[in-house]
Amino acid sequence: MSIEVNGTSYATDENGYLLNLGEWTEDVAKKLAEVEEIDMTEEHWNLVNFLRGYYEEYQIAPAVKILTKAIANEKGMDKKDASEFLYKLFPKGPALQACKVAGLPKPTGCV
Amino acid sequence: MSKKIVVLGGGTGGTIVANNLRRHLPKDWEITLIDRDDRHIYQPGMLFVPFGIQKANTLVRSRKKYILPDVNFVIDEITHIDPDKKEVKTKKHKFSYDFLVISTGCKVVPEENDGLMEAWGKNAFSFYTIEGAEMLHKKLKEFDGGKLVMNIAELPFKCPVAPIEFVFLADWYFKNRGIRHKTEIEFVTPLPGAFTKPKASAVFIESAKSKNIKITTSFELNAVNGKEKYIESIKGDKVSFDTLVVVPSTIGDKVISDSGMDDGIGYVPTHHNTLKALKHDGIYVIGDATNVPTSKAGSVAHYEADVVVFNIMSEIHGVKPEEIYDGHSTCFIVYSKGTSSLIDFNYKIEPLHGMFPAPKFGPFSLLKETKMNWYGKLGFEWLYWNVLLAGRHLGAPPTLVMAGKEVG
Ligand SMILES: Cc1cc2nc3c(=O)[nH]c(=O)nc-3n(C[C@H](O)[C@H](O)[C@H](O)COP(=O)(O)OP(=O)(O)OC[C@H]3O[C@@H](n4cnc5c(N)ncnc54)[C@H](O)[C@@H]3O)c2cc1C
Repeated sequence: MSIEVNGTSYATDENGYLLNLGEWTEDVAKKLAEVEEIDMTEEHWNLVNFLRGYYEEYQIAPAVKILTKAIANEKGMDKKDASEFLYKLFPKGPALQACKVAGLPKPTGCV
Repeated sequence: MSKKIVVLGGGTGGTIVANNLRRHLPKDWEITLIDRDDRHIYQPGMLFVPFGIQKANTLVRSRKKYILPDVNFVIDEITHIDPDKKEVKTKKHKFSYDFLVISTGCKVVPEENDGLMEAWGKNAFSFYTIEGAEMLHKKLKEFDGGKLVMNIAELPFKCPVAPIEFVFLADWYFKNRGIRHKTEIEFVTPLPGAFTKPKASAVFIESAKSKNIKITTSFELNAVNGKEKYIESIKGDKVSFDTLVVVPSTIGDKVISDSGMDDGIGYVPTHHNTLKALKHDGIYVIGDATNVPTSKAGSVAHYEADVVVFNIMSEIHGVKPEEIYDGHSTCFIVYSKGTSSLIDFNYKIEPLHGMFPAPKFGPFSLLKETKMNWYGKLGFEWLYWNVLLAGRHLGAPPTLVMAGKEVG
């Protein structure tokens, strides 16, 4: 499978996750977001960049709990508000959908 | 160079590593193993306690008995790790090291789940601690029909198949007591399926269906309401219960986060294949304390121990650590008292059908409920105490073996 952005084709796995992390650009992210029916706002980009930074540092996507904690800290929210905030941005689940837009491989969860 | 290895945590992984290193290294290497107590718990047995299949007091043994005499075993709380100074502090002592192995595991923290402590021991329970498993045993004995809900609060958690086994066993147990017809069982998980790996997930969902167990997926726990008897997700969905069994939030040990070495939730960022701490030299991490994307399971700790010993030996001989570990994990999945299934997989290869460990002959069957697998599960406890903890080999490599697996 693949997606088409500005005349270039990018390979994805069967679930639509980018195969090569290195091919990610903002335009690719926009296209991936479009497929997920997400309008990218500044908050979306912040989260996507956080994910990419985390992945670069730890070579693994963060657990949802790590995302919620980071947001709660940054925005002074409690855990529940931070979770709701995340789901508003990426309704199908912050881990699955946000990782896709960030160009990370499909998270395997804890197993 | 001084010759000191310190191992933090004397559970499954730490005990195996310390004993295995002791067998390999000459006497001038000093090996120290530190744990806060002398109570080694055979954790897989905690699944059986609620159903009266195993007694809690048979699961606990002295750690010291299973640690080779030439390993310096210290009982103390580890309070700080300083990777730059290569030093570990405990409440009473200080230890310097050339190599450090972190095997401090993970633990459940029910306090982190809103409303859970209010319901704890009344209508909410967990079998992830010995005390919890015993309380649940009492509760299940009195159970006389109603709705039992098994919920996983959050990812990641320990032994990802245990909650599935719990509902299968509950089905067996209530049938046995003749109250299954007036008992509802529901499995509520934050995962998109019964398990993260698609093939195994499909098999488990099929089994659950045939046992009339309801599965609710993608449910992220927000709060427990013990008074009104429901759990609520972040999205606002509610599931009602009479008795709730929960795997509370799980985190790595405090000493990891206090030392500023964690990933945000207490786990040490670890190289997926060498098992070296990503950010520190001379430190290896195994078992539940790592952040590597495979199960937090004893089998994993055991396979990883082999790799860590190999890599420490390599480094001692001036060779770079090798990228050996592949995420290999092997787990029995108990279906009833008398039958079990088995899965064997790694980072890339999901659980498949086939025979294990020998192609054709097994004797164990993969992804299939058999009597033989149950005997395997029972025999494993003996193997754990008498062979594995000693750091002895079973003759198999730590990595996944494809022979005997049905591909495609
Ligand atoms: C109900 C249940 C069922 C399970 N079933 C299975 C199964 O069937 N198969 C399987 O493979 N696995 C199973 N597991 C998982 C398995 O038990 C664990 O994954 C395994 O024990 C992990 O080993 P470890 O060495 O990483 O951690 P542990 O064995 O938990 O050891 C960690 C040790 O570190 C010590 N420690 C931590 N912090 C400190 C500190 N600051 N100071 C001093 N000491 C410290 C602790 O006291 C502990 O002894 C099950 C677990 C549970 C809860």
